[in-house]
Amino acid sequence: MKLSALHQSYLNRRSSNFRGLSGDSSADGSMKSQASVFWLVLHGLCCLVSLVLGFRFSRLVFFLLFSPSTTTNLYSMPFRQAVEASVFQLSTEAANQVLPVNTTTPRVVVGRHGIRIRPWPHPDPVEVMKAHRIIERVQREQRAQFGVKAPRTLIAVTPTYVRTFQTLHMTGVMHSLMLVPYDLVWIVVEAGGVTNETTSLIAKSGLRNIHVGFNERMPNSWADRHRLEAKMRLHALKIIREEKLDGIVIFVDDSNMHSMELFDEIQNVKWIGALSVGILAHSNSAEESSFSLAWKEADNSVIPVQGPACNSSNRLIGWHTFNSLPFLEKSATHIDDRGIILPRKLEWAGFVLNSRLLWKDFTDKPMWMKDLDLFDGVDDMESPLLLLNDASVVEPLGRCGLQVMIWWLRVEARSDSKFPPGWVIDPPLEITVPSKHTQWPDAPPELPMSDKIVDAQGETLAVKRPGKTRRSRSKHDARNKRKHESRNAEVDISEKQTKQN
Amino acid sequence: MKMLTNIWTLILLGFLCSAFPSMEPMRTGALKLHRSQPTERISGSAGDVLDDDPVGRLKVFVYELPSKYNKKILQKDQRCLTHMFAAEIFMHRFLLSSAVRTLNPEEADWFYTPVYTTCDLTPNGLPLPFKSPRMMRSAIQLISSNWPYWNRSEGADHFFLVPHDFGACFHYQEEKAIERGILPLLQRATLVQTFGQRNHVCLKDGSITIPPYAPPQKMQAHLIHEKTPRSIFVYFRGLFYDVGNDPEGGYYARGARAAVWENFKDNPLFDISTEHPTTYYEDMQRAIFCLCPLGWAPWSPRLVEAVIFGCIPIIIADDIVLPFADAIPWEDIGVFVDEKDVPNLDTILTSIPVEVILRKQRLLANPSMKQAMLFPQPAQSGDAFHQVLNGLARKLPHDRSNVYLKPGQKILNWTAGPVGDLKPW
Repeated sequence: MKLSALHQSYLNRRSSNFRGLSGDSSADGSMKSQASVFWLVLHGLCCLVSLVLGFRFSRLVFFLLFSPSTTTNLYSMPFRQAVEASVFQLSTEAANQVLPVNTTTPRVVVGRHGIRIRPWPHPDPVEVMKAHRIIERVQREQRAQFGVKAPRTLIAVTPTYVRTFQTLHMTGVMHSLMLVPYDLVWIVVEAGGVTNETTSLIAKSGLRNIHVGFNERMPNSWADRHRLEAKMRLHALKIIREEKLDGIVIFVDDSNMHSMELFDEIQNVKWIGALSVGILAHSNSAEESSFSLAWKEADNSVIPVQGPACNSSNRLIGWHTFNSLPFLEKSATHIDDRGIILPRKLEWAGFVLNSRLLWKDFTDKPMWMKDLDLFDGVDDMESPLLLLNDASVVEPLGRCGLQVMIWWLRVEARSDSKFPPGWVIDPPLEITVPSKHTQWPDAPPELPMSDKIVDAQGETLAVKRPGKTRRSRSKHDARNKRKHESRNAEVDISEKQTKQN
Repeated sequence: MKMLTNIWTLILLGFLCSAFPSMEPMRTGALKLHRSQPTERISGSAGDVLDDDPVGRLKVFVYELPSKYNKKILQKDQRCLTHMFAAEIFMHRFLLSSAVRTLNPEEADWFYTPVYTTCDLTPNGLPLPFKSPRMMRSAIQLISSNWPYWNRSEGADHFFLVPHDFGACFHYQEEKAIERGILPLLQRATLVQTFGQRNHVCLKDGSITIPPYAPPQKMQAHLIHEKTPRSIFVYFRGLFYDVGNDPEGGYYARGARAAVWENFKDNPLFDISTEHPTTYYEDMQRAIFCLCPLGWAPWSPRLVEAVIFGCIPIIIADDIVLPFADAIPWEDIGVFVDEKDVPNLDTILTSIPVEVILRKQRLLANPSMKQAMLFPQPAQSGDAFHQVLNGLARKLPHDRSNVYLKPGQKILNWTAGPVGDLKPW
């Protein structure tokens, strides 16, 4: 009674859960043949036995006893027996096969099949690598079909010089350039001459680069810096002219931030293009509110953006420039100042050129492009627009300046800040600062008297006798440690003694 | 006298000449030419046979059945227009306004009976097939008594759309479907169905397999830019275990889906889960391979989705017959994996040469491929409606000795089948 009800409910559940109605009974309620009753009873018996045993035992016994002849799917080898008798346990019971009316026996039968699991269902690292190579190849094909049709080489011009934040900035730029999917030539102009620092940094990128020095040192005031950077960029453009490099010139300042879409977008430039640059003019001061206050005073709510301005038919009509008037009072003039570092009216970073414009003997050179030699002694080249006779030929890129793909930022450490050459601390730094020892739980507080005296007397003492202080410190440490251990031992012994007592 | 006879012969000749183009033998001769090249045209790129225009190659007569067989059923439940069996309704609508439709049954090559057998839905939206045999039988009784064309051939030049799970076996459970077999009255008709499996009772010779209905506008709305790089290696969303009906696994999908889960749930290359993300269509466009394993029946709308979104379908269903198999070179487009090879799926996929993968993607990008899988409203050239008509046209001309019965000859047994089917509907 109960068992048959269970079976009935199981059968009904199969159909009813699927369809939500028990209309099945009308169709075949009366078709209970001998065999199905027998199987039902057997199933009930097995359920009882497994209830008693506490786990689901395999019906292999019955299968072996009454093995039917024809098409039963028997899989033994690749199967894995699960530890717990859970959903994943495999049973190789006889498939409830119903042979079709046709004479051709089908390869596929209805009924219970086993779940094939291989003995080590874990990914093979070699295959994972193969798959990644396939993915890479497919993506390359996609780029070739739907991306830029004939990609031109990019020529990135970066003025730089050795200072504390150089590694920070150059690493960012380097990684952006390494990700660019097109051919790239990186021209690095270094103020103060070529140094090993910069060379080693650039070499890590593996990019094709031209590293030249510029015989002036980077000044401390921001205005002078802008001027020198412009001169360095002109120098790089002269190199492009000499080498007759062919491609698109892009001005990659080392502290700027570039998005990957930028490099795809500039492939659309014909002669000279302009992009929108987001200005992250921040202040060096600790209070961040000075800039935002000034910004609020200037009645703006959005980050300032420099770039081309278009009318409704997407033609260039003017320029959005950075209005620096509200900030002039609070602006930083020198690198150490606690003020807002302001950009120029139009930064070089927002312009891209076709390098053929710079060539000397280029026959198709447009009339509006001036020759580079005219700017040999020029002191201040504010923007590449000065290279043009007619500024209206500039092509606005990035959906006419609506997309900001490049952000301008200047962050520098103090001019007297030092950093370990190559960022490798070897030999150890001359300035030693004591580190706080973590207190042993039972020890009295340590008095770091000797170290403090050395430090308080200024750096000169430390510079003169670096080794001595170190050695003395280490001795002191060792002594302290031993003291701690002995003290602890004493304490332990005393505790034990008390316990014993 | 001579002049008169001359004039009469001239007139007669002129009459014959004008009547020539409309004479039957000419048309069938032209059709014969087409028919002599049935399947060799599939070699190479897809689209040779897919671009055929059926207009002018066949004529279809649509029976006017009382609305209780079609319109009233649809009015009861509008969901029939959006579920995966909606092809039967859209085919009817297409044929009513198509150029192949003829109002003169004497010149028709094929006869269509619009009866919506898959529109009796549960609250969940799944169709119940229990009344379908009776409905079909009642419709056939109607057309055989009102028109002489059924009895003339006992249905051999009629076609029916039966898009349900196991076609004309009219049941969702495979064992029961096999027991019932194809409805005896449809033994001689051409069946247009989604189910296809070789050596199976429910697929008779000469059937036309069609893709399940997938809403074209919904898929078009989720298209993303082709430049988006394909970064997912294998993608699948769906059930692995049908917990309601087969909690242990082994029955559902013949254990194949459960095997996929057990073997590859930890594999980083396989993005498989049972979730229903809102970005399902977008994710398919970011994947290189899409799994299309069998479920309770071997076919699934995933194949259509994979073809539309350019994702190479991996078909895991032994002996399956795919839609329009005589027109579309599925072996060149998809990857077929035997159910017994599922544990080695990752080895199989990573060992496919890259050039082969790129070629499959190019074939999938062919717009005629994508068009052939869809049922757009209104119909467009090259879509699934036209492929069905192309398939019907390829079966012409009818073999006179088999199709048309001699007077008094009867083949069909009108009382065969389960007793419940004989009740009137």
